[in-house]
Amino acid sequence: MAGEGLLEVRDLTLRFGGITALGGVGLTIAEGETVGVIGPNGSGKTSLFNCVTGLYRPTSGSIRFRGESLLGLSPDRVTARGVARTFQNLRLFLNMTVLDNLMLGRHLHFRRSLWAAALRLRGEEVRHRERCEEIIEFLDLEAWRDARVASCAYGVQKRIELGRALATEPKLLLLDEPVSGLTAEEKDEVSYWIHEVRGRFGVTVLLVEHDLRVASRLASRMVVLDHGEKLTEGTPEEVQRHPGVIRAYLGDQ
Amino acid sequence: MGNFLQYTLTGLAAGSLYALVALGLVLIYRSARVLNFAHGDMATFGTFVAFSLATSGRPLWISLPLALLAGAVVAVVFYFAALVPAQRKGATQLGQVILTLGLALIFQGFTVYQWGAEPTSFPFPLSDTKVWKVGPVYVSELAIGTLAAAALASLLLFLLTQKTRLGLAMRATSENLQAAQTLGIPTRQVLAFAWGAAAALGVVAGIFLAPVLMLDPFFMLDPMFKGLAAAVLGGLNSLPGAVVGGLVLGVVESLAGGYLAMEFKSSLAFVLIVAVLLVRPEGLLGKEFQERV
Ligand SMILES: Nc1ncnc2c1ncn2[C@@H]1O[C@H](COP(=O)(O)OP(=O)(O)O)[C@@H](O)[C@H]1O
Ligand SMILES: [Mg+2]
Repeated sequence: MAGEGLLEVRDLTLRFGGITALGGVGLTIAEGETVGVIGPNGSGKTSLFNCVTGLYRPTSGSIRFRGESLLGLSPDRVTARGVARTFQNLRLFLNMTVLDNLMLGRHLHFRRSLWAAALRLRGEEVRHRERCEEIIEFLDLEAWRDARVASCAYGVQKRIELGRALATEPKLLLLDEPVSGLTAEEKDEVSYWIHEVRGRFGVTVLLVEHDLRVASRLASRMVVLDHGEKLTEGTPEEVQRHPGVIRAYLGDQ
Repeated sequence: MGNFLQYTLTGLAAGSLYALVALGLVLIYRSARVLNFAHGDMATFGTFVAFSLATSGRPLWISLPLALLAGAVVAVVFYFAALVPAQRKGATQLGQVILTLGLALIFQGFTVYQWGAEPTSFPFPLSDTKVWKVGPVYVSELAIGTLAAAALASLLLFLLTQKTRLGLAMRATSENLQAAQTLGIPTRQVLAFAWGAAAALGVVAGIFLAPVLMLDPFFMLDPMFKGLAAAVLGGLNSLPGAVVGGLVLGVVESLAGGYLAMEFKSSLAFVLIVAVLLVRPEGLLGKEFQERV
């Protein structure tokens, strides 16, 4: 593991009444890495993302990003620090165009004040549009630029959400099951883009993936969750040889 | 024919005020899914502020903006002081609606305490007795002012929501709060702004209604219900729907009062709503919100 971690999660515990969604999970991600989080359904992968992005308040533990704690920050502040995410169940603005969805990702980088936001600052607008156009081109979304998101196919919507997350210019990108529900061909495409994103946008990627094959192809390191606890971590090969993984993860398929 | 045009015009003027009230209700409903029962009382408060400033000799161009601001500030304070803490504690939608009802009662109490319950006349430069004859119909100065003010307010709101980045953020927040948050949009500020803008729209309506209705702490009660009816008619989450709903309601009411019977005027509004909701539950222009996939 090179240098100090970009994201350091320690002893993260999250309880909902009697359910322990996360029971003392720890993980460190170094800058530039692609790390996969795998585990059966209900093992706490999405909960981990929700804690990091400020949607859930963990019961205890610490989350540090670039040396500073993210605990207690509202989701928009977390994003402002450089963390972006996609959702397992897409959360796009369905009644808006693809371009508007991406422009919303630029919101952070516009001038701060609400009053500046109410006025139309042309020069600034154009600059941000250019960033969005770059992303649109990168993700092959040109044909849908002005289409309503609701009218786009599921595979396209997944790409739009990836693009919207990229528009925030994150340092850390959290992808929650980015290829679930896609066809084999689409899975290959998205895997390629996720791979390219690291070089082109310089982001570190943490991805949740139910599909062990896709996860091992993309991630240089994997963390295995089971019932809210970390079962093991290591290279994809190490993880797949782990007897607990074979039992807990592969065994249920 | 002349009568018909006259009733229609009178109805449009009244309807434009229902539309303003409805816009405020819809603005809040879309973004917070909360029906704000304090809307009328916030507007009453702002109108009384305008009244106090105007009767103490301040010129209109100072007292009107200050009154709008007073209404807006009160709404923003309510949002941060009552709604946000309630949401943090996990209050349900219904719980939040009850909070606005509580606020309405507090406002009524305060307005009665501060300004008394006696109806007073509101000093307003536009008169409803000064009329012009345009073709076959008579138009009062106040009716023209009302239509102009409502059109201007609607236009400004349209430009804000459709053409600015703040408007885009408002639409995003109302369509999917969590997604908006995770894009770095400060949704609390955006929602607070919506509350302020909604209250200001209500105060505009109040200021144009006061010269007709006489000012007392309960004078917005009827317009508030008409505004609610207009909002429901328009679909409750559609801003253009609120305008259409308000105008339709105003015109239908006025025609009913003219051709049927005056007594029938108010109840007709609600007959209309029941009818529309039976045929088109989503309202005239409402599109149902797509909830999470
Ligand atoms: N908001 C919530 N309220 C109650 N229980 C929850 C909530 N979110 C997650 N859980 C529970 O936490 C556990 C982990 O869920 P999740 O993180 O979604 O798993 P995964 O993404 O790995 O499938 C599950 O048992 C789930 O029921
Ligand atoms: Mg999940």
